[in-house]
Amino acid sequence: MIPELGHFALVVALALAAAQAILPLVGAATGRGALMATARPIAAGQFIFVVGAFAALASCFVGNDFSVANVANNSNSTLPAHYRFAATWGSHEGSMLLWTLMLASWTFLVSIFSRHLPERMIARVLGVMGLVSMGFLLFMLLTSNPFDRMLPPAEEGRDLNPLLQDPGMVIHPPMLYMGYVGFSVAFAFALAALIEGRLDAAWARWSRPWTTAAWCFLTIGIALGSGWAYYELGWGGWWFWDPVENASFMPWLAGTALIHSLAVTEKRGTFRSWTVLLAIVAFSLSLVGTFLVRSGVLTSVHAFATDPRRGVFILLFLVVVIGGSLALFAWRAPKVGLGGGFAPVSRESMLLANNVLLTVALTAVMLGTLYPLFLDALNLGKISVGPPYFDTVFYPLMAPAIFLMAVGPVASWKQAALPDLWTRLRWALGAALVASILVPLVAGRFSVGKLLALWLAFWVVFAGAVQVWQRLKSAPQAGTWAKVCAQPLAWWGMTFAHLGIAVFILGVTLVRGYETEQDLRMSPGQKVEIGGYEFTFVGTREVPGPNYTAVQGEVQVRRPGSTAIVETMRPEKRTYHASGQTMTEADIDTGFTRDLYVSLGEPVGDGAWGVRIYHKPFVDWIWGGAFIMALGGFLAICDRRYRLRKAAVAAQAGLAAGGAKA
Amino acid sequence: MKALGFAIPLAIFVALAIFFAVGLTRDPREVPSPFIDKPAPSFKLEQLHEASRAFAPEDMKGKVWLLNVWASWCVSCRVEHPLLVEMSKKNVVPIVGLNYKDRREDGVAWLTKFGNPYSLSAYDVDGRVGIDYGVYGVPETFVIDKMGVIRYKQIGPITQEALDATILPLIKKLSA
Repeated sequence: MIPELGHFALVVALALAAAQAILPLVGAATGRGALMATARPIAAGQFIFVVGAFAALASCFVGNDFSVANVANNSNSTLPAHYRFAATWGSHEGSMLLWTLMLASWTFLVSIFSRHLPERMIARVLGVMGLVSMGFLLFMLLTSNPFDRMLPPAEEGRDLNPLLQDPGMVIHPPMLYMGYVGFSVAFAFALAALIEGRLDAAWARWSRPWTTAAWCFLTIGIALGSGWAYYELGWGGWWFWDPVENASFMPWLAGTALIHSLAVTEKRGTFRSWTVLLAIVAFSLSLVGTFLVRSGVLTSVHAFATDPRRGVFILLFLVVVIGGSLALFAWRAPKVGLGGGFAPVSRESMLLANNVLLTVALTAVMLGTLYPLFLDALNLGKISVGPPYFDTVFYPLMAPAIFLMAVGPVASWKQAALPDLWTRLRWALGAALVASILVPLVAGRFSVGKLLALWLAFWVVFAGAVQVWQRLKSAPQAGTWAKVCAQPLAWWGMTFAHLGIAVFILGVTLVRGYETEQDLRMSPGQKVEIGGYEFTFVGTREVPGPNYTAVQGEVQVRRPGSTAIVETMRPEKRTYHASGQTMTEADIDTGFTRDLYVSLGEPVGDGAWGVRIYHKPFVDWIWGGAFIMALGGFLAICDRRYRLRKAAVAAQAGLAAGGAKA
Repeated sequence: MKALGFAIPLAIFVALAIFFAVGLTRDPREVPSPFIDKPAPSFKLEQLHEASRAFAPEDMKGKVWLLNVWASWCVSCRVEHPLLVEMSKKNVVPIVGLNYKDRREDGVAWLTKFGNPYSLSAYDVDGRVGIDYGVYGVPETFVIDKMGVIRYKQIGPITQEALDATILPLIKKLSA
């Protein structure tokens, strides 16, 4: 009964989404207030029914209803309860429902926190989001219904893919989807503005917090996914330039460019059509990401549900949504105007350079991801593009962007003086140079690439520090804390996010440059010294798990010459009962300055095993950096000026008038 | 025309969409198997039902035969199983099973329960032979000709469609 209720809820949600798409848009076009006013209640209704459908599916999973095909294929009665819940979005069908749930939630939030927006604007924003939601609900009901029954019901489920039985997998998809789908808000705002023909500072201010929020979730989502790959795949790698990773990274690059472009549009009224285009591109890439992962166009280690029939639907959907919005852009954008001018050295010019570099990097990643597809379509054979391509193309593009990232916040709007920038930043320049030479001297290995990367990271840190110091020094308040509090949260947010980038670069550079990786054959009792630690392989034993049996190895870690055990590590090799799949479960001793990583390979006879032992300095800074970036984003959203609604609207009206004149 | 510049994104997208559309008609899993038209890798394994008797692909020389990789824990094997049983009743070609990473008693019980289409099953308990044959999912099926050369590989369960359109015509051609 519950699956039928869930199915029914989806059908009702589809009807409501259609109403949400049509009524307010027609109302806004014809100026009928009653129709426009339907947007909010319908959005709330759609939200309730999508939540209902999701709850129904979750209860089927938790309650082991194996008469539902989706449950039978992706769960098992011996699976622990929290994984049974997470299995709700472990399958293709479930993840589509999660996507729709996220979209309905964002729509609902927009309908609540938009009381200060003009009625016509919000009607159009919610209408566009309704259209997108309609597409996804139709997709689910037509090609991938999560509630399909199977007759006769299975006695036992096939179990969730063991790779997904992991705490990281419980939160990674929701975070990622929050980000992906969050860009739909910026997208809807952009389309509403294009239809309205009104693209001004006020519009940018409305879009900014939503865009930043989506960007934060996407950042966290990507970081969690990368962390999951690091400890779950058992190779110690954290980024593979895999098509699915790229699919999440491309919207991130577009979103990063969008955040910065929005800032210029809000403060200076410039970059308008560019900002709108980025908003469309960011969400389009989220959709293309779904398409790439779900349709089977590209193969990847991640692609767990590939079906060309679904691909056809998604492609049509993409053509309607992206093609439609880009056509609207081509038609309306020439009329929105360009805004004020700026000098070649100014904050605008640096943000422009940042945008250009991010866009070129985005294009490069996209080319690398789609290149195999192009070749195949042109009958030139099947190939795959690996990390070498991405490494060669991506880093040189990012280096100048990161250099400018440190200068931009110090430069003034409209026109900045180079000599002034030089006086303010020369200390940071020098200190960064010293620090970047010191690190390789201490660590012992030296290379130009490492030096440059370290210099960039330290440059960002010191330039940021200089900026904070100068800003606090010139603040009129008495105490330090009062000075700190007087600075806008948005500014602190930016500073933190940029610091996050520096931390991330440090992590990447240090782990790439100074890690030690050893694949060994170890017999019980054998010792090896790696990265200043002595590892002793004690042996293996069998350990039962809830739905698997594991061979657990024991490795003792000591400092050389000492007998005290620093850490006992227990990597596992699990064989899952239902699927017969074997999974490597690495044991990682996480530290602030290094990770020790031990994973079991294959048994090689006589109690000896292939053992992988890695010493990875500063690897956790990679994810730490990402979380600092996201923290910065959340700080920026909390800025007071987004909450001073009435005053802000009035001020914006003035600014908008001024912007129109310029 | 400055306004035309605003249509560039649309033009790029249209080009992309065309590539996607063409890409959809291709099967990315159709990676040309390096085993096609190569001699079937040799092995010698115990038989599933009689551990004392061995099986080697050389035993099948002079016959067209199918090597079907299966396991009792594999759910998709149940999907293709009725097709195999039907095929064995018609005596089209000998079907040899490769019981992959399975427990002997589970494998035997499974065949008793669902029917045994195999002339015999080789027992590949640790999956070594599977690795030699490039197996990356169960079930997989190989069509091997009289000279012991692999002529076709079906990844995933055999479907009625694949059987009628590809496998049976190929067997007919090879047996002629």
